[in-house]
Amino acid sequence: MLIALVMAPLALGLALLAGGRALGRRSFAVAAVAPFAVLVAAAASAGRVLDERPLTASLGWVPALDLSIDLRLDGFSLLFVLLVAGIGTLVQLYAGRYFGAEREGLHRLAGLLLVFTAAMLGLVSAASLLTLFVAWELTSITSYLLIGWTDGDPKARASALQALLTTGLGGLAMLGGFVLIGQAAGTYDLAALAAHPPTGTVVEVGLLLVLVGAFTKSAQFPFSAWLPGAMVAPTPVSAFLHSATMVKAGVYLIARLAPIFAEQGAWRPVVLAVGSLTMLTGGWRALRQYDLKRILAYGTVSQLGFLVVLFGAGFPEATAAGVVVLLAHALFKAGLFLVVGVVDHQAHTRDIRRLGRYGPGWAGPMAAAVICGASMAGLPPLIGFLGKESAYDAFLHGDIAGGGVVLAVLVGGSVLTFAYTARLLAGAFRPGVWTEGIAEDAEAAIDPPPAPRWSFWAPAGLLATLTVLLGLVPGLASKLVDVAAHDLDPSGEHVHLALWHGLNPALALSALTVGLGVLLVVGGAVLARLQQRLPDTAWGEQAFLGAMRGLNRLADRSTGLFQSGSLPVYIGVILLTAVVVPGWALLQAPMPDLPPLVSGPGDWAAAALLVGGGIAAVVVKHRMAAVLCLGAVGYGMALVFALQGAPDLALTQVCVDTIGAVVFVLVLRHLPTWFADVPSRVSQASRLAVSAAVGVFVFAFILVAVGVRVDPTISTEFIARAYEEGGGRNVVNVVLVDIRGFDTMGEITVLAVAAMGVYALARLSRRDRRASTPGASR
Amino acid sequence: MRRSLILDVVVRLVFHSALLLALFLLFTGHNRPGGGFVGGLVVGAAISLRYVAGGIDEVRQVLPLRPWTLLGTGLATATTTALVPLAFGRQLMDHGLYERHVGFLGELHLSTALFFDIGVAQVVVGMVLLLLVSFGERLPTFGAPWLLRRQP
Repeated sequence: MLIALVMAPLALGLALLAGGRALGRRSFAVAAVAPFAVLVAAAASAGRVLDERPLTASLGWVPALDLSIDLRLDGFSLLFVLLVAGIGTLVQLYAGRYFGAEREGLHRLAGLLLVFTAAMLGLVSAASLLTLFVAWELTSITSYLLIGWTDGDPKARASALQALLTTGLGGLAMLGGFVLIGQAAGTYDLAALAAHPPTGTVVEVGLLLVLVGAFTKSAQFPFSAWLPGAMVAPTPVSAFLHSATMVKAGVYLIARLAPIFAEQGAWRPVVLAVGSLTMLTGGWRALRQYDLKRILAYGTVSQLGFLVVLFGAGFPEATAAGVVVLLAHALFKAGLFLVVGVVDHQAHTRDIRRLGRYGPGWAGPMAAAVICGASMAGLPPLIGFLGKESAYDAFLHGDIAGGGVVLAVLVGGSVLTFAYTARLLAGAFRPGVWTEGIAEDAEAAIDPPPAPRWSFWAPAGLLATLTVLLGLVPGLASKLVDVAAHDLDPSGEHVHLALWHGLNPALALSALTVGLGVLLVVGGAVLARLQQRLPDTAWGEQAFLGAMRGLNRLADRSTGLFQSGSLPVYIGVILLTAVVVPGWALLQAPMPDLPPLVSGPGDWAAAALLVGGGIAAVVVKHRMAAVLCLGAVGYGMALVFALQGAPDLALTQVCVDTIGAVVFVLVLRHLPTWFADVPSRVSQASRLAVSAAVGVFVFAFILVAVGVRVDPTISTEFIARAYEEGGGRNVVNVVLVDIRGFDTMGEITVLAVAAMGVYALARLSRRDRRASTPGASR
Repeated sequence: MRRSLILDVVVRLVFHSALLLALFLLFTGHNRPGGGFVGGLVVGAAISLRYVAGGIDEVRQVLPLRPWTLLGTGLATATTTALVPLAFGRQLMDHGLYERHVGFLGELHLSTALFFDIGVAQVVVGMVLLLLVSFGERLPTFGAPWLLRRQP
C-alpha cells in the first residue's frame, strides 16, 4: 500500500508528461486525482498509524549492493503525507483556474508537479537515509524543472539553475554526511539509528555535512538566496513548493535527526544559530519588499528559520511545538500564496504600491487572506497562535544552553512576522499605504481588478477555514500532533493542544509580540527610513554570484592554460607525458639482453618497409607523399603481424591503412599541398628531440616489458577458455565479442561519438567559411 | 562531370566481391580470421572505392542509409545482444551457441555473438560513411581528384 502511495502520483505524472499534450488545461483536473487518492488512502490508514503501529514496506532495488527502497509511515510522516497530498490536490485544482487555456506545456507542469509530489511523499516516508537521499535529489531536480517551467524567460532559467546548484551542492554534502554516519553506525535505517545512535568525531563531521544539505534545502542563512529567486515560478508552483513541500524537506530531516543527535558535537549551537539568524534576516528583509510574492518568500525564509530552531533544538517540548508550527505554516502559507496568485491573475501586478482598490466580489479572497495572515502573525484563535504559544512555552521551560537568547530571537522574529504580515495585507488590500520609488500621481494605482470566480479562490478559502477550525477546536489535530511528536522523540510527554492555557508567561510574551508588532507597524515610516539607510543584507546572493564568477574565471584561466590551440604543443605534451611517466618506472627495471631481432628474410623486408617508410614520411615535403609513406609503414606492420602468425591483426591493419589513406586524401584537400617550413632551428631541434625520445622509449619499454614478466601470460587462459566458454576457435574474436565484450561495447560507442564529433567539426568549419566569404553560393 | 572509365569499370567489378568478402569475414569470424570490425572495414573500403570513382553522390546511391542511422542501429544491435541474455536469467553478454552438421555445406556454427559483431560492423561502416559525408561533400563530383587534372 505504501509503495502504491508513492508510485501512483509518479506513474500518473510520467504518463501526463509523455502523452498529456492534448489534455491542455484539463491535465490539472486529471492530475488532481492522484494526490487526492493518496490523501484518502493516508486518511484511511491514519487510525492504524495513530495507534502507534507504523506502516512499513520495502521494495528490492539492487540486491547485489544490499540496496532497497524502504518506506515507513509513522505519525510524523503521516502529517507530512496529509499536507503534501492535501495541498497538492488543492494546488492542482487551483492551477486549472490559474492558467489560461492558451498556455503551452500545461500538461508538462501538471506532470512535473505530480512527479515532485511523488518524490516528496517518498522523502517523508523514507525509512533509510539512502532512500531519503534518492527522493531528496528527485525533489531537487523536479523543482529545478518546475521553477524554470517558463523556459523562454532567462530569469526563470537563471533562478532555476541557482536553486539547483544550491540544493544540489547541499545534497552532495549531505550524501557525504549520510555515508559517514551510516558507516559509523553500520546501518542506514533511521529506526536503527535512533535505537543505537553512533558517536565519535566522524559522526560529528557527518552531522555537519548533513546540516549543510538541510540548510540549503530549507533556504537557511546563508543559503537563502535561491528561495526568493524561485518566485519567478508560476504561483501554484510557489504555493506548493514553498509552503508544504520542497523547503520543508530540510526541516523534515532536521526534525528526524535532532532527537537522536542534538546532544552531539556542534549540532545544537549550529542549528540554533543558523535558524535564529535566518528567522531574523528573513523577517527583516521581508519588510523592504514591494512584491507580494517576495514578501511571502522572505517570510517563508523567516518561518523556516523558526522551524529549524524548534526542531533542531532537539528536546521534546520544542519538537512538539515545531509540529504545530509546521502544520500551521503549511496551511496559512499555502493559503496566502493562493490568494496572492488570485490577485496577480486578476490585477496583473503584485506591486503593493499599485494594488489596493477593489470592486465588489472580493470579500471572499480578502477574508481568506486576512485569516491566513492573522494565523501567520500568531493571533488567536487561529492555529498559528497555538504554534507560537507552544514554541514560547517550550523555550520558557526548556533548559538548554542559550535558551534565553533563543527565546528572545523567537519573540523578535515573531514581531517581525507580525510587521511583514501587516505589510502584506495592507499592501495588498489598502490603497496608497506605500508610494516610495513610484511616481506620485493617480496613474500609479491600477483600476479595480475584476472579481475572481468563487472556484478560483475556493482552495484558499478551504485552507483558511481549516486554519480557523483547528484553532478553535484544537482537539481535531491534537492526536495527530501528539503521535507525530512522540514518533520523533519518544521521550517526551503527551501533548494536548488547547487554545487557552490560562494566564502564563507564554501568553504574556504573545501579548508583548503583538504590542511590539503594532508599534513596528505604526512606526512604519521610521522603519522604512532606517531600512533605506542600511544596506540590503544580500550576502547570500552576493556569495552565490561571487562563487559562480570565480568558478567561471577559474575555468577560463585553466582552459587558456591547457588549451593553447597549438597542435605541436598538444602532441608534444601528450608524447612527453607518455615518455616521462612510464619512463620513470623503466629506469628502475634491469635492462635485459637483446633478443634476436630478425628471424628470417621476411623480417628484413618488413623492417626495410617500416624504416624506409618512416624516414621518408619525415623527409618528404609533399603532404600526399608523406601520407603514402605512412601507409607503407602500416603495410609493413601488417606484414610483421602476418609473419608472426596473427592473420586477424594483419587483415585489420591493412583495412585500417587503406581507409586511413582515403580519409587523409579527403582531409588533405583542405590543406596546402606542401608542408610549411619549420619556423625555427630551436623548434626543429626540440621536435627532433621529442620524437627521438619517444622512439627510444618505446623500443626500450617493449624490450623490458617482455623480459620482466613474473606471472604467466593471460593469453594462455584465453586460449584455453575461448572455445569452451566463448564457443569460438578464433581467440581474438572471442576476446572481442565475449571475454572483453564490454571493452568492445565501449570502443564502438567511442567510435560513434568520435565520428559525430568529426562530422560536427567539418560542418562547423564549412559554415564559418561560408559566413566569412560573402556572396559565396553553392 | 568527368569520370575515369577504367576506374569506374574496375570499381564496379570489385565492389560486390568486396561486399561478399566482408560478409564472409563477418560470418567466419568466430572461428577463423575475420569478425565484425574487419568486415565493417572491408565494406568501408569498398564504399571508399565507389567514392573515388563517383564521388559522394554515387555513395549515396549505393547506400541510401544515413550514416547516423547506421551508427545508431549498430550501437542498438550490440547493446541489445548484450542485454538479451538477462531476460533469460543468464549473465550479461552471455552468448548462445548453435552447431550442427548440414549436409554438403559442412558444419554450421551459429553464435549469438554474430549479432554483436553485426552491430560492430554497422558502427564501423557508419563511421566511414560519416567521414565521407563530412569531408567529401564539397567536392564537385569529378572522379579521383588526384588522378585527373583539375578543371580550370
